[in-house]
Amino acid sequence: MGSQMRRLEPAAIAGVMSREMANFRTYWRGTTFSSVLEPIVYLLAFGLGLSATLVGEVGGVPYVQYVGTGMVATAVIFSSALPAMFGTFVKHRFQNTYDAILAAPVDVEELVSAEMLWIGLRASVYGCVPLLVTIAFGLNPAFGMLLVPLFCLFTALGFAGFGVAMAASVAKIDQFNYVTALFVTPLFLVSGAFFPISGLPEGLQVVAQLNPLHQLVELVRGAAFGFAAIDLVRFASLVAFALALWRIAIWRMELRLID
Amino acid sequence: MRAFRCMAAIELRGVVKRFGPIVAVDGLDLDVPEGICLGLLGPNGAGKSTTMRLLTGQALPDAGELRALGHELPGDSKAARAEMGVVPQLDNLDVDVTVEENLAIFARLYRVPDVGAAVDRALDLARLRGRRGDAVDDLSGGMRRRLLLARGLIHEPKLILLDEPTVGLDPQIRTELWTLIDNLRSGGTTILMSTHYIEEAERLADEVAVMTKGRIISRGRPAELIAEHVGRQTAEVYGPPDRLSEVRADAEARGLAVRPAGPAIAIVGSERADNGAIPEDAVIRAATLEDVFVMLTGEEAE
Repeated sequence: MGSQMRRLEPAAIAGVMSREMANFRTYWRGTTFSSVLEPIVYLLAFGLGLSATLVGEVGGVPYVQYVGTGMVATAVIFSSALPAMFGTFVKHRFQNTYDAILAAPVDVEELVSAEMLWIGLRASVYGCVPLLVTIAFGLNPAFGMLLVPLFCLFTALGFAGFGVAMAASVAKIDQFNYVTALFVTPLFLVSGAFFPISGLPEGLQVVAQLNPLHQLVELVRGAAFGFAAIDLVRFASLVAFALALWRIAIWRMELRLID
Repeated sequence: MRAFRCMAAIELRGVVKRFGPIVAVDGLDLDVPEGICLGLLGPNGAGKSTTMRLLTGQALPDAGELRALGHELPGDSKAARAEMGVVPQLDNLDVDVTVEENLAIFARLYRVPDVGAAVDRALDLARLRGRRGDAVDDLSGGMRRRLLLARGLIHEPKLILLDEPTVGLDPQIRTELWTLIDNLRSGGTTILMSTHYIEEAERLADEVAVMTKGRIISRGRPAELIAEHVGRQTAEVYGPPDRLSEVRADAEARGLAVRPAGPAIAIVGSERADNGAIPEDAVIRAATLEDVFVMLTGEEAE
């Protein structure tokens, strides 16, 4: 009696993740279908439309391959930040799922870690889809690409934490419109996925360096076309991003879930 | 309290919980001995649900001491939660997932060693063996409630918290759940059940604690509470409002206790009235826990 149970128990985290997996089995077809179709449509539209008329290549890379590698980042943010925001909000407010889980021997820290880990793993798989599609469109496979899931994982963990923290902070679900317009869309447009950020005014270039998605775009292009020494710093910054947002998400959720 | 009930499953001392300017729990003292079913009876807003959340560590007290199954709360709440089962007021099952998966998820969350065996046992308890592969969405309301109860019992807890277990259910489903809860009680599980349904408390609770404004104002076995607070009989008079106020004024002038009872006026403890004090058209019935509840809380019961 009176024995303190440990923090971050693997059994608690695995239990929460098993709930996500059981739910995922009921909707994975739709999510997977759109995540495969979307990059194909983008590559056809941008690649065939834009590259035929306006842009042939960027820095020696055919535009289809440039956009295709960049789209890894957009796939990651849209399969991490958005599901984390909406999923967390719905489970908390509408389904009362978290009340049930927290009545079991699971703490908020374990709950948030499990939710982030699940979204992170899922997004790191979906993040690779545009890369595979681009290979089908003619990009040469490279060994460095085996690291792409790892780059995607840390970026997705960070954005999952961002989504959870936002879900714990908004009062109503329609406030996500502000979050999307103020953060998600600008981050995704100014990531260097569609055009090089060197074309931006200098001030914005500095801001773009702080964008984790830009770091991911650069790392994926490094994996496809050759790494540079700076890529180690980029990767470290993604790990730091994930760790910081992990703690912020736990802090916000503790405030929201524990009276 | 009898001597052999030395071990309390729940012990609350001077517990206070505020939400801004609102004091939801106001110096609450509550002991639940092992092996009994205690009904926490009170009107909406009495602090029952907050008390439940304090016991699961989902609300942190502003003052006071809390113990559940020997564990200090909220510090050691995770260990306490591992040994207690919770059946929430709101259905929070995973509707897209199968009956079986819903149970298996919670077996894992409670670290049950043999998940398969625990799921089978829970399916039998909820009488849902034939529906194990169906999505919860396809179940009837009564089946969902039984599943919710079985989920809370997946790890065979020593203590179970039932928060308004039958709120909003139709009478047939309610009776079905009462049978399940009564079986648990007979099996020796300690139960703390919050309710604002008098009949539920009367049928299931060994002891009832009447809670209002964040405190327990009276506690005992239902029969004791009735004898202590209202006596043996209640006389009810029906009629138009003018007549009811007349009856009320007359009874109060004679020093009798009176309460409104929907379309009627009830004179409690009518056996103590002088001859002629009770109108001839009054309906005399045995005193109930409802009379106690309304006399103590001043609120009409459901």
